[in-house]
Amino acid sequence: MLGTKLIQEELSAIAGGQNVRAALPEDAVYGVLPQWVVEPETEEQLAAALSCANAAGIAAVPRGGGTKMDWGNPPKRADLILSTARLHRIVEHAWADLTVTVEAGCTLQSLQSTLAEHGQRLAFDGLWPEHATVGGVLSTNDSGVLRLRFGSLRDLIIGVTLALPDGTLAKSGGKVVKNVAGYDLPKLATGALGTLGIITRAVFRLHPLPWGARTLSFATDNAAEMQQLILAIQGSQLAHTALQFICAAGDSPRADILFEGTKAGLDAQEAELRKLLGSTSVQVESGAAWNRRQELADSLTEKAALAKLSFLPADFAAAAGSLQAMGSSQKIHWQGVFQATGIGTLRLDGEIAQLGKFVEQLRSEAERRGGSLVVLRRPAGLRALDSWGNPGDALPLMQAVKHRLDPKNTLNPGRFVGGI
Amino acid sequence: MEARVLQEFRAIVGTHGLISSPEGLRTYECDGLTNFRVLPLAVLLPSNTGQVQAIVRVCHREKIPFVARGSGTGLSGGALPVENGIVISLTRMNRILEVDFPNARVVVEPGVINLDVTGRVQPQGYFYAPDPSSQSVCSIGGNVAENSGGAHCLKYGFTTTHVLGLEVVLPDGSLVHLGSKCLDAPGYDLLGVFVGSEGTLGIATKVILRIVKRPECIRTLLAAFPGTNEAGAAVSDIIAAGMLPAAIEMMDNLAIQAAEAAVHPNYPDCGGLLLVELDGPVAEVESLMQQVDELCRKNGASEIRLAQTENERMLVWKGRKAAFAAMGRISPNYIVQDGVIPRTALPRVMSEIARLSEEAGLRVANVFHAGDGNLHPLVLYDRQIPGQEHAAEALSYKILELCLAAGGSITGEHGVGEEKKRMMAKMFDEPDLDTMQRVRCAFDPLLLANPTKVFPTPRLCGEKPGEYVPHPLEVAGIAERF
Repeated sequence: MLGTKLIQEELSAIAGGQNVRAALPEDAVYGVLPQWVVEPETEEQLAAALSCANAAGIAAVPRGGGTKMDWGNPPKRADLILSTARLHRIVEHAWADLTVTVEAGCTLQSLQSTLAEHGQRLAFDGLWPEHATVGGVLSTNDSGVLRLRFGSLRDLIIGVTLALPDGTLAKSGGKVVKNVAGYDLPKLATGALGTLGIITRAVFRLHPLPWGARTLSFATDNAAEMQQLILAIQGSQLAHTALQFICAAGDSPRADILFEGTKAGLDAQEAELRKLLGSTSVQVESGAAWNRRQELADSLTEKAALAKLSFLPADFAAAAGSLQAMGSSQKIHWQGVFQATGIGTLRLDGEIAQLGKFVEQLRSEAERRGGSLVVLRRPAGLRALDSWGNPGDALPLMQAVKHRLDPKNTLNPGRFVGGI
Repeated sequence: MEARVLQEFRAIVGTHGLISSPEGLRTYECDGLTNFRVLPLAVLLPSNTGQVQAIVRVCHREKIPFVARGSGTGLSGGALPVENGIVISLTRMNRILEVDFPNARVVVEPGVINLDVTGRVQPQGYFYAPDPSSQSVCSIGGNVAENSGGAHCLKYGFTTTHVLGLEVVLPDGSLVHLGSKCLDAPGYDLLGVFVGSEGTLGIATKVILRIVKRPECIRTLLAAFPGTNEAGAAVSDIIAAGMLPAAIEMMDNLAIQAAEAAVHPNYPDCGGLLLVELDGPVAEVESLMQQVDELCRKNGASEIRLAQTENERMLVWKGRKAAFAAMGRISPNYIVQDGVIPRTALPRVMSEIARLSEEAGLRVANVFHAGDGNLHPLVLYDRQIPGQEHAAEALSYKILELCLAAGGSITGEHGVGEEKKRMMAKMFDEPDLDTMQRVRCAFDPLLLANPTKVFPTPRLCGEKPGEYVPHPLEVAGIAERF
């Protein structure tokens, strides 16, 4: 390993002295304090700084807006924060082609407001959009309410540039929506938590902003009834954009459904929904209903955990039932925002020791049903809890991919599945 | 092939699962791209996953390259056999294993025909969205390998959008599960990497698909324009108005003539024909179709027809889907290309194609998925005329270079395969290709799965497990070690 001073000099030579600084306490990742923070101004600088870390045998942690640094497992080592803060340009909004090329450090909000100038959007609603960056939402595979209609980020990203630990800047995909030339590495980078390479730019397909939107809400007495209505809606010809259920320990569930389209279309859809739901009362709501996932994440205290539950859509009632039963027997308070896609965001509160046990039990229940439970954020006392659960029989293959792209374990060591 | 290996293969698949006679092998010497032909050493037809694993284990031990094959309809030579290799045909693994309507999932074996998935779920009002023109014969396994598209991917996405999970036999014979019936299984999205990898990462033996509820209504409009530029301007206006049609297809005059000669879809005779399909709730579709009508007229459409019945609609699509094969009516031979351009580059690229066509003295018919800029130029030629085949190939590659210069891609849905692997070096830089190669090495360090396809010069993987044995590709001088 190179001496500390030499590394600092080299990083300064690469990114400019003004963009290299000593890490502060707030730069710590899960209590691991790195030595430096580097904010490169170009993709080439970022790749070179990463390569420098790789050569020096130190661990690099990529960072965008820093909103989800505590997602994933605590790092085994963290020496250098490589920030994309200065890589925030919107390189090209080809609005007539419905695509955008954007650097990784651009915030979601800044991207969306630029796209909105031409009546377009990235059809994705991530957490903390004012700070969360393109690179960060991709790496964590954040997933919001629009997924039901537009798919997740893996379905929206069409091109990526990755900085690899050996200093390579590699492109894959392209600038056109339809493209099957070469391997789909944009998908590989999505959800990899920065353990294979650092995303330096991405190309997305875009969608037009809707002409109008209408949110309708309804409630049921229990999860089983809600399950029936969900299946009825999902099996109908309604063309809704989002469908979510709010559920909490001891409360009866309520649902929000979003329609987008022309006035005539919205009226017809609303009438159709009312017909479908029969005696269930339906209220028109403001769009604020769609902030519930954000509110849940924001409401987190230092003693609560945030988790992502993946389940089969038809298993909603069963999942809610498990939460209800296990929660009350173990004195865990839970609140959840569930999407009809089969992704739920959970807030879990309780005594630390109970909470850890609860997560393990809930996870094995979810895995038994073919799904998963990923802990996004956990109280400090649960440091040893694995974020991911069972990655299945493809783990050796995942490790092989990691080894080919990051043989020295330079990137985010220990934060991903199976010790990657 | 050594008799003992052949004997071992026979023991796995039985006499009826093994083809080794020269006349039997002839059927497998090419896929839908017929100007490349290689005779395999043997063709194996396994009937279950265990047999596929057993075959691949033998290949791994003996370092025999293999090519997986579905229905053989591919248009880029992806299922072309490789020298001294075998073909593993998945056509006998053709069962639909599970249909789960509440979760809108279907589990199939790879040999299931694309259209049969829709056939199975249609009575309950569902369909399988990816619809390549060959959908009545092509297999799901082949669709997975090629990440097949179709006319409706503008709205519904590609095969990769609709595949949720795979059971895969890796090139060492081991079995892995990528993705699952639930979303976002923990770990890398290797499912996303596998779909569209053209048989170079392993063999899918089970596929979990997503099915989609059929929309309340589907309306198809046909508009006749003086030329493709006017039709293209109408497409731009439709997109700019904020609509996302289910499909927008375009055909030029030569393509219209061919379709008319072949299946008589009763298309108007014009320079540029547009087919716009909207689907969704009736109230929404009716009001948007009105707008589409106006935008077409504004851009000079002389004739506009809205299909009035389902039969009329099917006829409109029949003409479009038969367009490639219809070329046989107006030309002895043709090459189908599959370039993609940013939609806005259409007028420029079209006039360049016309210029190149004139220069080469060869006719080019054009069929496009206009909504997403996917061009299918059909270069017409006569193999009997000396030099014409070569000229046609050269012209088709020049068209792909035009697409790249416009910021597009060399393939939108047909795959790179054998045909376009040299073009990969024009689309990507060396570090890009090296990175893909590294991913390939993680799946297939011995480079046995469809080894000569996709990449311009296959490179062998750095770390060689065990003792050094020259790779068949190395011996043949097609690859180098790096």
